[in-house]
Amino acid sequence: MLTFILKRLLAGVTVLVAISVATFFLLYFSSSNIARNILGEFATPEQVAAKEHDLGLDQPIMTRFFSWAGQALTGDLGASWFTSEPVAQSLLNRLPVTLTLVVVAIIGIAICATLLGIAAAVKRGWIDRVVQIAAVIGEAIPSFVLGVVFVTLFAIQLGWFPATSSIGPGAGAEAWVASLTLPALALILNGLTSAAQQIRSAVIGQLEKDYVRTLRSRGTPEPVILFKHVLRSAAPAGLTVLSLNFIGMLGGVVIIEQIFALPGMGALAVQSTTLGDTPLVMGVVLYTVIIVIIVNLLVDLANGWLNPKVRVS
Amino acid sequence: MSEPVEIDASQATITRTHVFKRILRNPMGLIALVILVVLLLVAVLAPWIAPFDPNFANISKTLAGSDGVNWLGTDSAGRDTFSRFVWGAQATLLSALLCAAVAIVIGLPSGLIAGYFSGAFDSVANWVVNVLMAIPGIILLLTIRAAFGPSVWISMIAFGILISPGYFRLTRTAVQSVRNELYVDAARVSGLSDARIISRHIFSVVRAPIIIQTAIVCGVAISIQSGLEFLGLGDPAVATWGVMLAEGFKNVYLNPILLLWPALAIGVTIGALVLLGNAVRDALEDREKVRTPKTRRNTLTSTRRITIAAKSEHDHLLDVANLKVGYPQADGFKEVVRGVSFSLDRGEVLGIVGESGSGKSQTAFSILGLLPPEARILGGAIEFDGQYTVADGEDTVSQSRLAKLRGTRISYIPQEPMSNLDPAYTIGSQLVAPMVRILRISRAEARQRALKVLADVGIADPQRTFDSYPHEVSGGMAQRVLIAGAISCEPDLIIADEPTTALDVTVQADVLDLIRDLQKRLGVGVILVTHNFGVVADLCDRVVVMQNGRLVEGGTVRDVLRDPQDPYTVRLLSSMLEGKEPMTMLVTPEGGR
Repeated sequence: MLTFILKRLLAGVTVLVAISVATFFLLYFSSSNIARNILGEFATPEQVAAKEHDLGLDQPIMTRFFSWAGQALTGDLGASWFTSEPVAQSLLNRLPVTLTLVVVAIIGIAICATLLGIAAAVKRGWIDRVVQIAAVIGEAIPSFVLGVVFVTLFAIQLGWFPATSSIGPGAGAEAWVASLTLPALALILNGLTSAAQQIRSAVIGQLEKDYVRTLRSRGTPEPVILFKHVLRSAAPAGLTVLSLNFIGMLGGVVIIEQIFALPGMGALAVQSTTLGDTPLVMGVVLYTVIIVIIVNLLVDLANGWLNPKVRVS
Repeated sequence: MSEPVEIDASQATITRTHVFKRILRNPMGLIALVILVVLLLVAVLAPWIAPFDPNFANISKTLAGSDGVNWLGTDSAGRDTFSRFVWGAQATLLSALLCAAVAIVIGLPSGLIAGYFSGAFDSVANWVVNVLMAIPGIILLLTIRAAFGPSVWISMIAFGILISPGYFRLTRTAVQSVRNELYVDAARVSGLSDARIISRHIFSVVRAPIIIQTAIVCGVAISIQSGLEFLGLGDPAVATWGVMLAEGFKNVYLNPILLLWPALAIGVTIGALVLLGNAVRDALEDREKVRTPKTRRNTLTSTRRITIAAKSEHDHLLDVANLKVGYPQADGFKEVVRGVSFSLDRGEVLGIVGESGSGKSQTAFSILGLLPPEARILGGAIEFDGQYTVADGEDTVSQSRLAKLRGTRISYIPQEPMSNLDPAYTIGSQLVAPMVRILRISRAEARQRALKVLADVGIADPQRTFDSYPHEVSGGMAQRVLIAGAISCEPDLIIADEPTTALDVTVQADVLDLIRDLQKRLGVGVILVTHNFGVVADLCDRVVVMQNGRLVEGGTVRDVLRDPQDPYTVRLLSSMLEGKEPMTMLVTPEGGR
């Protein structure tokens, strides 16, 4: 088990390194004029040169990368070129907002999609058709379009929710929940139907297995077959869908946060990439990829627990 | 040796037109195609349809409503919404196609190579795929934009690269599954080069999944690209639906209708793409939608009650009378069991013999009440120990009546040992659970009993088997476990469906010995479904022979073996004597199947 975890972690680290290198070199193209942008157009060439020296921009790309990576290994992600705020600090301020939103949405999707998927697989009939049609609609409307519709309808036209709310978790539970409801709903509705569809086919696939018939022949009640046996074997497929959903959501949430003006990682990502703020972009990328790796590892572990065959190999 | 290849190619053409027709016949597929064709026409004809240049701004007429000049009004810069909408179709669709094209160009060849030759390239490619899959799309696109500026085309190329693993995996899996097929081997033996094999045989396999994937990818591309533009990161000089959406959202307080058109266009386009993908998939899966015809259920409810009440006069353990089972198809029902009658007494072993497709398993599952949900009883009755599980006139097996019998009085030994145990639970827990429920004993007691039953079926180390997962034991062992499960609750009737077919010859004899031994000791009635007369001779008291859903012969084993009356029985017997398994070729075309 331990070697399994270590292996996955090692694979994760190589992915992390590869993405870091790629991003750093990509950003090289955007940092050509950066000192001038920071100082403004009235800065003298000497000031610009001094700034470039400060930021290490006068050094070759390889040297810059290794000095950044060396610092990052010690946990120091540097400071933003534009605001001088430590990158780790601003990420830690923003991360809770984004993670709460994404985790709430994933839990919502997990619960609703499982219930809907099972209902569609077992009952078939009209529930099945509704899920199938809803899956198409859900896939067709991107989460940010849903977000826009929600803001227009529930916040602006009906006034039930705050349209924009630049508040964090510190602003009181009620306001926090109110500000999260619409964005979470937009994310849930977008991911829910396709997840339900996947869980439906996984459950149907299991229901057609021979062992289910044998369980029935032993007089096992249908609810036991469904929840103890079928659901457990269908769960890995569901978990995979959810983890893909999660990764997709880390991107989708960038736009959602912009629509609802939530102070999460999204705004940071947009700002830093638009300005070419290399340390901040690297921080955002690093954190996101680490989250993705952790989620994938958790899914692997859960699958191992669910399926004894995986556990052995 | 070019002949078989030619035939193959022509067949591929036939299936392709067939699939296309089926897509058109599916209303959803037709709607999706019509929408997409209209959109493509709009995009291609944009210069002629749009009354204005997309960026022509009439500053004196901003945020106007619709009128004769500006059909859909104007935006905050005084640009014509309709013209921008039409040009937007062009830019949006073109960029989506670009993204899909990039993804195909990268994913398809690499998937082909990785799947066909595997080896080092496969490992490297898989590693790259894992890297790409770990990158959240938007973040990468933001970085790309920072590096190369706000170009729709560059960001779509980047996204195409990012999304290419989808094609890679698809192609690789398809190729891997085909690579070892016999016909590919045959092509290789006949001297076709690898390139020819890939293009001729393997390409035809991946073509359809690629179409489906492309529909999905185009949808995702439109979604993510309009998302970027919505963030204000698009190229303001190119009018796309995403740019229009962002512009509409800026003015949502002043003129919310500006949001409607781009949002609608994005939703409808992606929806049409998803529907098209689904339609292609359905057409390929060849799922003719068959509605279950209503049977005589309603008209016969009253007679049914009468027959249930009337207890039958004979005293068999099991009585099957004129049983007919069918499956719905386009025109009515396809009968797989056509009027089968037999009975079984306590302590008796009855063999049902026939080749695959003869209806013997369907008969067995009718008795167990484990027919697939779409199956219908088209006639006849089944009576177990004086109680009807299928009464005359009922079109399904009564689950409420059988639920009380299944596991307790009727049990089942399946054919395929490994697939009939839940891989997620230990063998012990799968044996204990039914006993706790049916015999109402404690877990500890059930555990003792399970160990004893495992010893009874000849397992040397019951404790070890009890603690094992199904994948940790051999097939013969698993079959013993299943037999242990079948006898654990002391049933009166055991239905064994080809219990030895999946086992090695040496293990077969052991398992048959075991069943005979248990049957003698417990005095249960056994129905043994098999295609093998050797098994019948070994184990059964009486035998019935089935062909095309009918009984062709029945009697004591001695009589049937010594003096078979029906020519079909003779053929079955002689094929057994030649040491061959009977094949479906033996079926006379009488059934029209």
